[in-house]
Amino acid sequence: MSTQPGLTFTKPGFLSLLQDGGRQGVMHLGLATGGAMDRNAWAWANRLLDNPFGTPALEITFGGVEFTSHLATQIAITGAEVQCRVNGESRPLWSVINIQAGDRIALSAPKVGIRNYLAVLGGFQVAPGLGNSCATFTREGLGGLNQDGRPLQEGDHLPCHADSARVLNRKVSERWRPDYKEELVLSVIPCAQIDRFPASVLDTFFNNPYTLTRQTDRMGARLKGPALEPLGERLISEGTSLGAIQVPADGQPIVLLNDRQTIGGYPKLGAVTPRSLDALAQRTPGTTLRFRPVTLHEAQIEERQFLSFFTATGSQR
Amino acid sequence: MFWRYEVTGVDTITLHFGDAIDIALTERIQRAARALSHRLGPRLIDMVPSYTTLLLRYNVLEDDLASLVADITNALATLPEVGTNAAKGDVVEIPVYYDPSTGPDLDAVAAKAGLSREQVIQKHSAEEYYVFAIGFAPGFAYLGEVPAELATPRLATPRARVPAGTLGIADTQTAIYPLQSPGGWNLIGRTPLTLFDPGRGQPSLLQAGQRVRFRPIGREEYLALGGQL
Repeated sequence: MSTQPGLTFTKPGFLSLLQDGGRQGVMHLGLATGGAMDRNAWAWANRLLDNPFGTPALEITFGGVEFTSHLATQIAITGAEVQCRVNGESRPLWSVINIQAGDRIALSAPKVGIRNYLAVLGGFQVAPGLGNSCATFTREGLGGLNQDGRPLQEGDHLPCHADSARVLNRKVSERWRPDYKEELVLSVIPCAQIDRFPASVLDTFFNNPYTLTRQTDRMGARLKGPALEPLGERLISEGTSLGAIQVPADGQPIVLLNDRQTIGGYPKLGAVTPRSLDALAQRTPGTTLRFRPVTLHEAQIEERQFLSFFTATGSQR
Repeated sequence: MFWRYEVTGVDTITLHFGDAIDIALTERIQRAARALSHRLGPRLIDMVPSYTTLLLRYNVLEDDLASLVADITNALATLPEVGTNAAKGDVVEIPVYYDPSTGPDLDAVAAKAGLSREQVIQKHSAEEYYVFAIGFAPGFAYLGEVPAELATPRLATPRARVPAGTLGIADTQTAIYPLQSPGGWNLIGRTPLTLFDPGRGQPSLLQAGQRVRFRPIGREEYLALGGQL
């Protein structure tokens, strides 16, 4: 055990990664933004504890995590539906949880959703790396606890502030909690090369269900459904946007996510909105989804609402 | 300078400057990127210059597209068609151990070109390459163009693991894998240099717009410079 107060993980889970709002100003180096896959759940975990927007939290994929706290503090767990137990006693998600030194906290495997966010009062004390971020990037060996891209390991100790001001015991109102069982309709800004695709392709894309496949990770969501006739040519490689919908040669769309490659040459039908990506990040392979077009204006209003809510007063220090 | 833009996401636009790969065009994009960075500063969160395009990411909370495009228009209006490239004259020399032990496709590239191994090395290292873009992976520099006879299509089945520093050819492009990764390029050698180091002030050894030359080295020098076999 480290002399610095913090949380020691006896079970690291399947894939647990320190994530924050992502890197900025590094895409020209070939480095993707990264950051929390479900920004909404991540932002709520920090908001409950008055941590500023952007504070690192632990992104736990598929649950199965156990840890011991070495300090009295407060934590919040949001996201997938898991059983959270403190010394064997059930505790609610989407709520502030008071923790004493020596408490053992266990998260089960999720029943609904796949990702949880564990935030601690004052935030985990991890030095930011490139792009002013600690976002863990396993493929490239960057970010995370030791800035080597490793997911959390058994015995890892996440340092915390011992003397942060306590917050009230509050919870996220039911009406703000997302329903990860809800039928998923992804909002798409029709843009990029969409004008080059014939109307029949757009008709197929917007009017048919697609299934999320197992070949989905933090880099991209690979979908399977009625094939979209690809454009004959590859593009000259260009920078990629979050949520961009690529149509590769086999006609099965790929949605580019946080850890995507920064440039690519597949024609794109548009971009899934960030709020829809939050919902997508909680779906298991096999989930059926649909697409619907939204205007850039609508998408930007939604995004501004999200950002202004979570960056507003009460979460600044 | 003529350009048009396309919306590519909720907080990104992509500026298009032309339709064909051409060093002069890419250099113009480099100058545009520097001018925009200078004039618009922190309003641009990220920019990705590539062969014919420049992707810009802006702060959707504090900016709106119309005023951003107006300011981009102003910033680029005064940019000359031709100009001095800050990176020009700056030729980065990269030592490479060209050998089947470090480049398992070296002999296949030679056979396809009807050349000897030595001729492939000579031709590949005689060329001065231009860094068209950095992307795909951290520090991955797309260099062009290789002599026509060395152009080789990507492997039908990509390798699961290509060691860091390995030099490859795909069609008329050549590049070094900065980190171990899967890869479908034809591998012809390896450099002992570190292409991407997050701890360095400038993490990426190569920058878009620079020029690069490869210097063939032998096994002893490769190992002495810290190369791994």
